[in-house]
Amino acid sequence: MKARRKEEGRWAWRLTGFVTLCVYIFMFAPIVATVILSFNASMFGGFPMTGFSLQWYAKLMGNEAVLAAFRTSLWIALVTAAVTTAIGVVTAFALVRFEFPGKQALSTLVILPALVPETILGVGLLVLIKAIDQPRTMLLLVLGHILLAVPYVVLIAQARMVGIRRVYEEAALSLGASRFSSFREITLPLLIPAVVGGALLAFTISFDNTSASLFWRPAGVETMPTQILSMLKISISPEINALGTVMIVVTVGIPLIGGLLMQSLTKLRRRSEPKEEAR
Amino acid sequence: MNNRWTLYDPRLAWMLVAPVLLLLIFFLVLPIAVMAAYTFFTFVTAGVETSALTTANWQEFFTDSYYSGFLLKTLRVGAITALLCGVLGYFPAYFIWATSFRHKWLLLLLLIVPFWISFTIRTFSWINILGEQGVINVALLKMGIINAPLPMLYNEGAVILGLLHFLLPYMILNVYVSLEGIDRTLISAARSMGCTSAQAFREVTLPLSLPGLAAGLLLCFVLAAGSYVTPQLLGSGRDALFGNLIYDTIMSELNWPMGATLSIVLFLLLGFFAAIYTRYMGMSQIVKGLGG
Repeated sequence: MKARRKEEGRWAWRLTGFVTLCVYIFMFAPIVATVILSFNASMFGGFPMTGFSLQWYAKLMGNEAVLAAFRTSLWIALVTAAVTTAIGVVTAFALVRFEFPGKQALSTLVILPALVPETILGVGLLVLIKAIDQPRTMLLLVLGHILLAVPYVVLIAQARMVGIRRVYEEAALSLGASRFSSFREITLPLLIPAVVGGALLAFTISFDNTSASLFWRPAGVETMPTQILSMLKISISPEINALGTVMIVVTVGIPLIGGLLMQSLTKLRRRSEPKEEAR
Repeated sequence: MNNRWTLYDPRLAWMLVAPVLLLLIFFLVLPIAVMAAYTFFTFVTAGVETSALTTANWQEFFTDSYYSGFLLKTLRVGAITALLCGVLGYFPAYFIWATSFRHKWLLLLLLIVPFWISFTIRTFSWINILGEQGVINVALLKMGIINAPLPMLYNEGAVILGLLHFLLPYMILNVYVSLEGIDRTLISAARSMGCTSAQAFREVTLPLSLPGLAAGLLLCFVLAAGSYVTPQLLGSGRDALFGNLIYDTIMSELNWPMGATLSIVLFLLLGFFAAIYTRYMGMSQIVKGLGG
């Protein structure tokens, strides 16, 4: 009886492992297929492979529309990351350290942009600017992206902020530091992992954004995802696979390198300050 | 005590949150309020409407079965996607939590990586798997199992598959976070009292991980029901969801009052589900899930 029970447990565990493996394959198979196909020599964007070729990458580098979209997305994402991180981190600071009326309402409101479907956010903003008779501008698009990224930056910074004890700041204040310099010298350095993590996430959220950008972009402006979408409407060419691969390398490579850099930085600092308290 | 008041002055807090607060007011609250007002505006012709108040949009919405059909289909697709995510996502979350594998972080990292890859790319990459020249069809043709490519793309199944691909990491991370919060001594206690591992799972682990599962289900349902890109890329015209309907109403038909009405309907409906959820579970689980 007992042996049979044990056997059942083992099978259940094996089943769990098997489903897990399937889910991971499911997650990555299409992406791997896309990367492989981007090197296909064939004229058509599909299997079978007819040979190895970099021609689609060469063609991509000569595609002015794609390059323009890439530049547009890049600077929008950079501005979004910088601004969102700045305003998100001070908001998280205020939400964790201060008591003020409406604090609870604000912390709920601030995560709403992550929960409300982008289509609704997209239409809402368009209706508003139509009602006050304003054109769609780049500024609107960037501010919209900041709105979409704010919840994530605030949540990440809040999570980190909670772990930083306020006595450090208060010690600096009691020693005569100004409010601003105690934040800059004490709080901000301790917050750095959240700042970097939040900035990277804000960058990718903006760089990836599709649905809302379709509503908000000014006439004639394409961001990278909307450009891919309009290319897909024509046909699936191997060029799109190459473009996808470049995007994957950019958006996965940057956070990975950033993460590794952070890890080695903290390790270095740990070594130089062996007495840092264990959290 | 007096010093403490100047140190954590609420006025300073308001100054610190001002930029985010203004952004939320002008880009989130105000647009939704204006949109709600717009649902009562009169549609004249494409791109033109007057502020003469009317309930025509709402009447059209409630009487025309075209709209309720779209709504039901969207809710059905959202529910199927969320349930499949729940079933398929629980296994990996449990596996990552329970495994004795040393490099657990790698399994978690692999779940986060898809968030970094463009959603559009992840979605269209399914064409390389399911399409006429995709992996499956080419392999089956080569093996001689089929004579003509199977039509696997541009139907509701493909849309659900694409949504599943997009939403599974959300589900797995949500369940994993709540599993991580379980005090493992409870399970040891159950085992030492004579529970089999299956009983311990059923009586202790599963109930304690339900908040994460519920948060994951809500998140997956809301995101699936609000999706636009996936039905656009992987579905045919018949598989369009409510998000596509809103987009077409506004961007193609230029019927702004109706587009606003449809947006408000979707907003209220999803808000209703979220409200039921927070009524029983609170917001904290969603916050944990979003923050990673």
